[in-house]
Amino acid sequence: MRRKHQDVVFALVGIVALMVAVLTFLTLFVNMAVDGLPRLDWQFFINFPSRRAAQAGILSAWVGSTLVMVVTAFFAVPLGVASGVYLEEYARKNWVTDLIEINITNLAGVPSIVYGLLALGLFVYQFGLGQSILSAGLTLALLILPVVIVATREAIRSIPQVIREGSYALGATRWQTVRYHILPYSSAGILTGIIIGMARAIGETAPIITIGALTFIAFLPPAPLKAEPPFLSFDWVMSPFTVMPIQMFNWTSRPEAAFQDNAAAAGFVLVIMTLAMNAFAIWLRYRLRRNIKW
Amino acid sequence: MAALPSATQHQVVAASPATKAEARGLSFYYGDFQALKGISMPVHERKVTALIGPSGCGKSTFLRCFNRMHDLYPGNRYEGEIVLQPDNTNLLAGSIDPIEVRMRIGMVFQKPNPFPKTVFENVAYGLRVRGERSRRKIEEKVEQALQDAALWDEVKDRLRQPAYNLSGGQQQRLCIARALATDPELLLFDEPTSALDPIATASIEELMHDLKERVTILIVTHNMQQAARVSDFTAYMYLGELVEFGVTDELFIKPQKKQTEDYITGRFG
Repeated sequence: MRRKHQDVVFALVGIVALMVAVLTFLTLFVNMAVDGLPRLDWQFFINFPSRRAAQAGILSAWVGSTLVMVVTAFFAVPLGVASGVYLEEYARKNWVTDLIEINITNLAGVPSIVYGLLALGLFVYQFGLGQSILSAGLTLALLILPVVIVATREAIRSIPQVIREGSYALGATRWQTVRYHILPYSSAGILTGIIIGMARAIGETAPIITIGALTFIAFLPPAPLKAEPPFLSFDWVMSPFTVMPIQMFNWTSRPEAAFQDNAAAAGFVLVIMTLAMNAFAIWLRYRLRRNIKW
Repeated sequence: MAALPSATQHQVVAASPATKAEARGLSFYYGDFQALKGISMPVHERKVTALIGPSGCGKSTFLRCFNRMHDLYPGNRYEGEIVLQPDNTNLLAGSIDPIEVRMRIGMVFQKPNPFPKTVFENVAYGLRVRGERSRRKIEEKVEQALQDAALWDEVKDRLRQPAYNLSGGQQQRLCIARALATDPELLLFDEPTSALDPIATASIEELMHDLKERVTILIVTHNMQQAARVSDFTAYMYLGELVEFGVTDELFIKPQKKQTEDYITGRFG
């Protein structure tokens, strides 16, 4: 009987622990929604920030966030996936790879402000990239690289060895095995890792402030598409910018109450963006794994 | 090695069929552990050769030397030779790329391991790996291989379906078709029926019987009845050594070694 009591007690402790986490988030979220929702209309999305709270919007912030995410993904995905594949499928298992593995795991725990300082010295000054979208994208790419690498390695590790052996036994090279088996079968896990990493990056504030993102910005970066040839333009990567969390930070530090509502509204949008990304990751994983059974 | 004289003795009786491959003083090490100790034996052309012995005797290790599977893992080392005919190539030579070896020698595994792709793509994979681009050629080869593996009639309407929808026995025959599609000279079977029910097992055994018209087969089996049913030659291994090699009928009826007799009569193993 006593043993059964212990079971019940632990179950209760577990539920309480879970509720603390869930309820805290829910309270915050509801609070933000109540403050922010009245401010959310179409104008909020297409207005630049303004000194008048009622006319201020998040246009430069969400465009900035989106562009920074594009740059982040552009660098983090190929680097992270290639590193993960190399470590799992190519590298010999010895003390060097062990050391690299420990380092990568630790990198995931380095405070993001440290990445910001590194990026300020390296990208902004050393490489002369300035306080640009490119600098921010590279910084966040570094930040989520460990997440992408670890997710890639875990996804690859879940592929049974007999599949690899089956491929090699037919005379396949390592690259053919990676290209036709390893990458397709691990794509669900890898994509999930990428999206979760991106969801983390989109909310990052400290490193972006460190490299000098503007807190008030009333213009958009140059458009990536042009009417005249060569139609594509990459001027935008060197443009100054702001991102969603910085816009929020800016508004919360204003004394007027109306700006607090703006911050809540922007926060609501940011949380929805993050949740949407996570939901997309779950859907994608479900979708891609349906066709793969071992 | 003490095993050699008995091997040659039996060979004479069998009117010396051509040799497809031959192990010569083959030793194999997993790091410091010596798993194979100086094995010498022939694999005769277009015959089925069975490797039997208790668990851990090294029969699978031996089999996997033939397609250099051990090269996939660090710390493994070969000594001695496996010579493949007709070109007298030492498969274990450092100058030989294991990929070249696997181009010539196919393998079927213990558990059916179809790729999570369609039936068609599973069989076509070996051809694609070899750079075959002609759609018509690939389709011809796939059909031929599936027919050779006695699977065509069952799957011809589901070529575009996932291979995982097939039954276990069908999956294993698909793996055989996959190996056959690239015309291997030697086909290695690593306990191919241990995960299958008796009916599926019988169909695989029957298939092996038909296949030996065209391809040399080396099979590891834990099942002595199976060795007796399917093979022309049998090798009995124990603790990494070849104890006895000979014509299957003779080895089972009149083993030369006491150790072999104890094992096949079930007093040991």
